[in-house]
Amino acid sequence: MKQLFALLTVLALCSIPAAAQKKPVPKTKAKTSASGAVSGAVLAKGKAVYVQNCLTCHQADGLGVDEMNPPLSKTSYVLGDKARLVNIILNGMQGQDIDGEPYRNLMPSFSTLTDQQIADVLTYVRSSFGNKTSAVQAAEVKTIRAANKK
Amino acid sequence: MNRSVTRYLLLAPALVGSLSLLALRSETIVAADPDNAGLKLPAGFGALKVAETGGRARHLTVTPQGNIYVKLNRPNADGKGILMLRPSSGGKAEVAGSLGNYGGTGIYSTKDYLYASSDEAVFRYKLNAQGEVESPAQPEKIVTGLINRKQHESKSITLDREGNLYVNIGAYSNTCQEQDRQKGSKGKPHCPILDSAGGIWQFRTDKLNQSYGQGVRYATGLRNVVGLDWNTQANQLFVMQHGRDQLYDNFPALYNSKQSAELPAECLYALKKGDNAGWPYLYYDPQQKKKMLNPEYGGDGKKEATGNYIDPAAAYPAHTAPNALLFYTGTMFPEKYRNGAFIAFHGSWNRAPEPQKGYYVVFQPFKNGKPSGPWEVFADNFAGSAAAAAAGRPEHKPCGLAQGPDGSLYVSDDRKGTIYRIVYNKK
Repeated sequence: MKQLFALLTVLALCSIPAAAQKKPVPKTKAKTSASGAVSGAVLAKGKAVYVQNCLTCHQADGLGVDEMNPPLSKTSYVLGDKARLVNIILNGMQGQDIDGEPYRNLMPSFSTLTDQQIADVLTYVRSSFGNKTSAVQAAEVKTIRAANKK
Repeated sequence: MNRSVTRYLLLAPALVGSLSLLALRSETIVAADPDNAGLKLPAGFGALKVAETGGRARHLTVTPQGNIYVKLNRPNADGKGILMLRPSSGGKAEVAGSLGNYGGTGIYSTKDYLYASSDEAVFRYKLNAQGEVESPAQPEKIVTGLINRKQHESKSITLDREGNLYVNIGAYSNTCQEQDRQKGSKGKPHCPILDSAGGIWQFRTDKLNQSYGQGVRYATGLRNVVGLDWNTQANQLFVMQHGRDQLYDNFPALYNSKQSAELPAECLYALKKGDNAGWPYLYYDPQQKKKMLNPEYGGDGKKEATGNYIDPAAAYPAHTAPNALLFYTGTMFPEKYRNGAFIAFHGSWNRAPEPQKGYYVVFQPFKNGKPSGPWEVFADNFAGSAAAAAAGRPEHKPCGLAQGPDGSLYVSDDRKGTIYRIVYNKK
């Protein structure tokens, strides 16, 4: 009886951290609410990554710099294929016309950002500057990063 | 019958006479726009919009006949990269032709020749007595095969008075890092970019198909020069360098975003053959008035650079992008402007998140061929408002400067393609 009680206690204790670990999982999966809007917390995290890494070139309003750094507002690159977009962050980019316009500056690789940071910043960009399209998940970034390495 | 013929014969010269008088008047009367073309100018000056070209008007030049040639950054709808404007009335001009199937920045004229650059080559065209290009389809290609890797691609040009052409070949990099613009990436030792870029090359104006082998690396260690001009008083080349970007982005442990917005200065250099201005190893700190070692090469914001590098002749606010330099030799403007320098600042982007700056034409006084005294903003508000300037969303961006035969100062705008003319009214 005593042994059984001890076993139950151990099981109960174990399930506490398990439950605690479970919590963030649905959170990352359920970034978009039922209405499709991205949560304010995710946007705030994404914005922080943007300010630290992207703002100098793409500017606070996301409209870029004429001839130099491309805008992030309603361009096919930002609104289109997620894999192409994630790969630009991982590999950098130069000399690519965007929607018919040339840009001369070089974007370095930001592959040191974590999957979560890349997901957050792209989710922020895809729902800011006049953009309104789906969030990017850390798991998607992970898959794209793995394919990018091959 | 006889009588009437005589009458007509008399009438004809009278008509021609009055027409030429009209033409003369329309050329001599330059009417400033009521709002001075939206510009803020010192007392006594006025400005007008000469023309709206609708193109990305980089540099421009005015012939002794008053014809204006404008270099477009990319060819227009007709596939032409140079516009020719003829004087019309009231000091304005209208597009009368176009030539050259290449985009670019540089354009310069003498009495006899028009010189223009693509991002890889320099061409020249013979001008006739009317200041017109007679064979627009057959330019002489005097320089060819210059490196163009998108970044800092403008091949700006100027001439001395001894038949030499000076061409900027900008460095295709921020600071010669192993990984360009990558956070924390180190600078390459003995930066290999300097072999073919990051300096001013000298060529002859009258030789065909010159490239690196035929030219001289006149000065090195210059990251990117868009504005350059020959000073006839000092008999010397002066250039405006675009300083390095992103001290905070790439070295956040050493610089904050405020310091990054104010460092480094945009510098004016007086060059002699063989000079080295120190890029990529150093930047100029305008507060400390010192040449500092770049963090890519072991600098920390405190270590000074060592080595045989020239000092700037003058320094201006960081990242404001000096795209044109012009020594004023006219007599229309008051005495203080004679032989001084006008500098067109295209405007910043690398000051974010701090407010952006520039979008103005500065006057730098000179005495005996050297900068003398503080610079001042001469023509302001190309941006349209202080808020538009601070946001980095200007209406116009001054990019080129030229002096007209009467001493007017012309300014080109590569955002909307407006051509401005600044005149002095007070007598």
